[in-house]
Amino acid sequence: MSTLKVVEGDFSGWTCAACGQALELRPVDLEYLGSRFNVELPACPACGLVLVPEDLAQGKMAQVEKLLEDK
Amino acid sequence: MDQAELRQWEARCIQEEPPWCTASCPLHVDGRALCGHLAAGRVNEAWAVLCRTMPLPGVLARICDAPCRRECLRARRGGGLELGALERFCAEQATRSPRLAGLPSRGFAVAVCGGGLAGLAAAWDLARKGFAVTLLADAPGRVLLERHPDRLTPETLERELASLARLGAVTIPAPAPSRSALEGLCQDFAAVVLDPEDCPAGFPDLGPPDPATLASGRPGLFAVPGPGTGPQPDSPAVRAALGRRAANSVERHVQGASLLAGREREGPFATRLFTNLADVADQAPVPVPDRGYGPEEARAEAGRCLDCQCLECVRHCAFLEHYGAYPKVYARRVFNNEAIVMGSRQANEFVNSCMLCGLCAALCPTDFDVADLCRTARQGMVARDKMPPSAHEFALRDMAFANGPHCALARHAPGANASSLAFFPGCQLPASDPGLVQRTYAHLCATRPGECGLILRCCGVPARWAGQEEAAERAAADLRRAWESLGRPVLVSACPSCRLALGAELPEARVRSLAEVLLETGLPAGAIRPPHPLAVHDPCASRRTPDQRAALRAILDALGAAWTEPALSGEHTECCGYGGLLAQANPALGTKVARRRARAAAEDFVTNCAMCRDLMAKVDKRCLHVLDLLFPGPDPDPAARPAPGYSERRENRARLKEDLMRDLDGEPGPAPEPWAGVAVAFTAEAAARLEERRILKSDVQKVLHAAEAARRWLANRNTDRRLASFRPVAVTYWVEYEPDGSGGFLVHNVWSHRMQVREGA
Repeated sequence: MSTLKVVEGDFSGWTCAACGQALELRPVDLEYLGSRFNVELPACPACGLVLVPEDLAQGKMAQVEKLLEDK
Repeated sequence: MDQAELRQWEARCIQEEPPWCTASCPLHVDGRALCGHLAAGRVNEAWAVLCRTMPLPGVLARICDAPCRRECLRARRGGGLELGALERFCAEQATRSPRLAGLPSRGFAVAVCGGGLAGLAAAWDLARKGFAVTLLADAPGRVLLERHPDRLTPETLERELASLARLGAVTIPAPAPSRSALEGLCQDFAAVVLDPEDCPAGFPDLGPPDPATLASGRPGLFAVPGPGTGPQPDSPAVRAALGRRAANSVERHVQGASLLAGREREGPFATRLFTNLADVADQAPVPVPDRGYGPEEARAEAGRCLDCQCLECVRHCAFLEHYGAYPKVYARRVFNNEAIVMGSRQANEFVNSCMLCGLCAALCPTDFDVADLCRTARQGMVARDKMPPSAHEFALRDMAFANGPHCALARHAPGANASSLAFFPGCQLPASDPGLVQRTYAHLCATRPGECGLILRCCGVPARWAGQEEAAERAAADLRRAWESLGRPVLVSACPSCRLALGAELPEARVRSLAEVLLETGLPAGAIRPPHPLAVHDPCASRRTPDQRAALRAILDALGAAWTEPALSGEHTECCGYGGLLAQANPALGTKVARRRARAAAEDFVTNCAMCRDLMAKVDKRCLHVLDLLFPGPDPDPAARPAPGYSERRENRARLKEDLMRDLDGEPGPAPEPWAGVAVAFTAEAAARLEERRILKSDVQKVLHAAEAARRWLANRNTDRRLASFRPVAVTYWVEYEPDGSGGFLVHNVWSHRMQVREGA
């Protein structure tokens, strides 16, 4: 399964509060209604805390959710 | 839904039935399409409509006696369309004819004896069907020239006979055959058609032809009845149709098919199409001059065509209009949606957008109930685990909250240990205006001292609307327990939807409307007469309960209010957009529906449904709940009161229970949830997004409570802002916020997704 590149915006302003680390793009699994996708999302390299940016959640992610719901 | 059920649904919708002109035409010419083109000045396209259906159109269009004129619905509003004159206009003015083409050869040779209109029509149709036609006639069409000297010229006739020849028909001059010659033809040809108009020999041994098939006593020989024998003996349209009937029989004969089956609608028939003439004004036909219509006259006359359609439901329902078709087509889409195995279901949104309000069935001449179609489809989707979770989950969570420990309550009147009746305000009135519920209950307690209990909970209708039968059954069982815990009192319902639902879920219970009880006990002393005239908005739930509608009007009369009815009212009232959970499953269409209803009257609305009240308020339509008049509160202009947002609705319900417990019994309310103590404020943008994205204040509090407890958030390098997420159940919520310096938080932004992040994958 190839990793999809979905984040376009700038996320360099955010750091993990607990670990103090800058976020890096890392492969993350997303799951909905039995379907799984591997995508690159900003995450803390130490603890794995993931950021789902607003544009992604309200845009592409919402579209895919609807597609899967109608499948 | 299986195929048989689909066909039943489809057969019920009459929109595809032909208009009266087409049904009554012996040849079924599409007069509606003809007029549509002519009214738009498209003469060649109109002519093509005639050429598609008529045999020898250049001849027939000039002499057609238009029996449709009597049946045309316009006949009831000024006079039937002059379709005969319009046909003639087309024949004379068209500058281009569609290409004349027959089907490939069928390998059968057939003979037609006689060149009257019936014989020529039979030859024309048979040649187009791919038969090798031999026309035996001395002077084909001669009788037509004799009968219509003012309409037909020999040149016109010759042109059509030349077209017949181009279709492959061979004309052989021949006198009328003797009986033995006819027998010889029957042996040489696969079938023979006899047109006695131009071929007047009678053969007693053959007997009269069968009227439905024109079959004679001799197999393979089909005879048209002679002129002067039918109901319209000299009607060109009828003669041409007899030729067509004979040609159809010939085709069935050579195929070995039944001569009789499925021909009920071959001749003129009564269509099932309904067209509403209520708003159609009289308009007289454009007189036909001897020379026939000119272009302007033809255009004006064609413009009188009513373009007969049914669409009774579609015209009055924003939902049915939105999806661009009509119930027959929708039934097929719903069937396909259910039957699909691979790929995307195209009609999920349609199924979930019906208001289930029943207006279509109330308007439909054949009672097609789209609500029934969609409700059943929803139940099927839920049962097969194919219901999109996002469609109704928010509403079902809301219902669960209304039935949960923070809102639900069943109690006797203060100090009483029995109830003969119990007030049931439903879940939306407490959400909209808890003070109104308290004032109403106080009045009931004062007029029926010690008798009136109170049940706060949801009636369960959202689960039924969502097709969630199991959840609905569970809610019904809880409702029954609450009712039984008070000793099975008479239920006094403040909401028309609740009243229907309570009757269905608790069939043994006596359920009365609040209005009915108030009319009986006398209206409260503090009730006010509205200063302006009002328009009554009946909620869709009272469509089938005339007593509820009458009670609302009786209260307005008792208050001395001036009131009017919108165009669609009573049993034909329109839904506000909440019914069937439309506003939840398809918010954009829900708003469109609400706006449409808001335009139905210029006056302020008055209604007896809290949800209607709030949805009208949401689209800036001034609207009163009738209880606002009966139990006025501190708000000087309740018609302008904004609808509370989703979070406020929940808080209102919870506060109502807390206030009642404290005021009536001096008890504290239910213990708050641990996250409820998180103090949050929202910027204006964030508050708007909460509503738009259907995120609750409590969802935000849960995120902040979890993030701050675990000290797990993303920090902004340049500001004090934090970003955290939490997934209570099925939705992940993100909150961008900052501490306000005194233990609380200011929220700048919120968003959510249903997809789940699997960390550490």
